[in-house]
Amino acid sequence: MTLQTILGIPDFRVLTDGSPERVISRIFCCDLLSIAMSRASAGCVWVTVMGNRNTLAVASLTDTACIVLAEGVSLDEGTLNKASEEGIAVLATDLPVFDAALKIYQAGVI
Amino acid sequence: MGEVLNFRYTIDGDDFTRAGEASSSVKNKLKQLGLDSDVIRKVSIAMYEGEINMVIHADGGNITVSVTDSDITMVLSDTGPGIPDVEKAMQEGYSTARAEVRSLGFGAGMGLPNMKKYTDEMHIDTTIGKGTTITMKVHI
Repeated sequence: MTLQTILGIPDFRVLTDGSPERVISRIFCCDLLSIAMSRASAGCVWVTVMGNRNTLAVASLTDTACIVLAEGVSLDEGTLNKASEEGIAVLATDLPVFDAALKIYQAGVI
Repeated sequence: MGEVLNFRYTIDGDDFTRAGEASSSVKNKLKQLGLDSDVIRKVSIAMYEGEINMVIHADGGNITVSVTDSDITMVLSDTGPGIPDVEKAMQEGYSTARAEVRSLGFGAGMGLPNMKKYTDEMHIDTTIGKGTTITMKVHI
């Protein structure tokens, strides 16, 4: 499955679209940045409620393809611009973390 | 041994919005050098954790990264409070980070353990009241 499929999930708002053709490796859920830093795999979709500039730094260093901000969390404009520059997709949803991850799973990520 | 490349960074203390910039810069440079992605990932993680630690605990510091044909060495020096109990600090889950730092997603007590896990060699030289220098090496 590519990122394009996730960008099209109705419950998600697309804040930056990253590289839509990128192949997604897995779904990863975590809010502690140090754990995310060591466990997020390259090409993953990372679902979190931690929305700050460091979230993007961790995503960038781990080569995460897409950040999904759950529970209505958002990112400031400067950080979103940086995400665009780095080719990382950022999506937002009002759903809780589990439900957001489930939507992605149901859309076809193995 | 071929040419040695050195990169130097000054880390601002307590500036969380910029924490990670030096690690990102190193990651991009290593990518340009065409290094193996696994090596780049190890260096990025170890250096980011060190950079964050410097911001949280030591009011910033300096990082030097040296790249040779055989390995990448990171030297992180600060003039912070020092680490009173290194053995304890190396345990996963042990953290002395402040509440406001934890609310940003840090302080899980994974920093030093991650640095050790993702590097081939790590040495901590710390003196209470003087500062800490951590040297880490990743083999290419």
